[in-house]
Amino acid sequence: MLVTEQDRLRDDILAWGDAGGGSREALIPLLQRVQQKYGEISDFAMQVIADVLSIHPVEVQSVISFYHFLDLSARGKFIIRLCRTISCDIAGKDRLARQLENDLGISFGETTNDGMFTLEWANCIGMCDQGPAMLINEKVFTRVTPELVHNVLQACRASFGNIGLEGKEEL
Amino acid sequence: MSPSHTGELTFSTVKPRVGLQAALDKGRAGIVAEVSGSGLKGRGGAGFPTGVKWNLAAATVADEKFVVCNADEGEPGTFKDRVILNRFADLVFEGMIIAGYAIGAQKGILYLRGEYSYLRKDLEKTLERMRTEGMLGERVLGRDDVSFDIEIFIGSGAYVCGEETALIESLEGQRGEPRNRPPFPVNTGYKGRPTVVNNVETLAWIPSIMARGADWFSSLGTDKSKGLKLFSVSGDVERPGVYEFPWGLTIADLMREVGGENAKAVQVGGASGYIVPARDFERHIAFEDVPTGGAVIVFGPHRDMLQVVSNFMEFFVGESCGQCTPCREGNVKLLEGLRLLEEGRCSTRQMRELCALGETMQQASKCGLGQSSPNAFLSIVKHYGDEIMGRTDVIV
Repeated sequence: MLVTEQDRLRDDILAWGDAGGGSREALIPLLQRVQQKYGEISDFAMQVIADVLSIHPVEVQSVISFYHFLDLSARGKFIIRLCRTISCDIAGKDRLARQLENDLGISFGETTNDGMFTLEWANCIGMCDQGPAMLINEKVFTRVTPELVHNVLQACRASFGNIGLEGKEEL
Repeated sequence: MSPSHTGELTFSTVKPRVGLQAALDKGRAGIVAEVSGSGLKGRGGAGFPTGVKWNLAAATVADEKFVVCNADEGEPGTFKDRVILNRFADLVFEGMIIAGYAIGAQKGILYLRGEYSYLRKDLEKTLERMRTEGMLGERVLGRDDVSFDIEIFIGSGAYVCGEETALIESLEGQRGEPRNRPPFPVNTGYKGRPTVVNNVETLAWIPSIMARGADWFSSLGTDKSKGLKLFSVSGDVERPGVYEFPWGLTIADLMREVGGENAKAVQVGGASGYIVPARDFERHIAFEDVPTGGAVIVFGPHRDMLQVVSNFMEFFVGESCGQCTPCREGNVKLLEGLRLLEEGRCSTRQMRELCALGETMQQASKCGLGQSSPNAFLSIVKHYGDEIMGRTDVIV
């Protein structure tokens, strides 16, 4: 039988919702899983989640809109979040930002046409001693220079999903 | 390895299990007495006495209680908790087990900020190892009366969730908007049950306090600030990283250690802290003088303080939860004022009005975010009025 995208999404949410016991506390982990697998939380997903947790869909939307890492609209496969807070600012985040924009051909807040990259600002990501720093999905990159941008983007393009992309953090 | 810390961190010298075993031997009342006696205060920045918090939670009668470890380390310039969780997570978890036993909780939750989600895999592994070693789960260390387990909750990117009641809202699947206090979480916390929320560093110190005793801990530091403290040092400095010092050292001492002797100013306590100009570097870092959760951001001689504070205000405009008016509107107005200063177009009267607004925000905001966000603005007006007024060199 042909399984449509919506069927797959609904089955996923039902399974994950059951695992969370169907309580309100399960909402944010559920949203995170949908976001991670589907890259966005669509209107349809919000409705199914609301049904599973017995709340109104607007409650779901309200929570999504509150958190920086939850998105109502589609995002790229790789979300680049460059830290803009003071220590990374001092360490030269402006030039890194410029080079990211140049190499991707987009501005902050935008997604590339091929759906690969979204470029966003992040508030302090806790890498203040190793700035400028950025997150790409769940990997952290520290002491990034404009010269390194190309290599980092190529590593993303060459990898499947998040696998194979090695973040580097010095401790 | 980069110089992320100086030598060995003292709390990590205690061997695994030793602190936990010592705590279980002391019994519930004994643990609370020991923590109270040590004078340990919350290491997230607010500095509430940990012993008092545990005592209140222990005294509340309920069918269920919770221990939450606050790893939503969002304060700009703070990264010590990341280092602790990366290298000494087992001690933090031991601290949570001890807290759970002391207050009568069987469940712990680590609230890990979304930005640190890459730490999750190793943390889960550590938890699994502790379960197989009998330190977590039913019958902790073979004791029939102790059972405790820990789960990890990943945040989704919201600075305000570091505020304990906002954190609890977030755990409950809500928007991370702070609650009115009272009631305090020690009475009415997660799911309406008594909940102790402690910072990562606070919990990391617990095993060594249990093993070495309250007297050892309280012999270090100053009268009102006991023990050793981890500092996250960044900015215009030769050796950034995590450092450990007893409370009470002067800013000048700290600058010598980290290679920031020629600093023009230091921001102590992150974006919500205060700017200390070089002439005040003989002041002491302690709750009774210059308090901090550990963030120390150093500004070199050529740093433009106006740009620094604008950066902080942009941060607060983005992170205000929007629930209460002083914070939601006030931060925007202060940022507008900073833009005028950058353009050299702010009258003295306007600047005074902005300062009055800042003072109103400090008093009228609902939670710590809005109460402390004007600090940096008020600090530069106080210390660097000369540098920021009447500008002709417009910043782009």
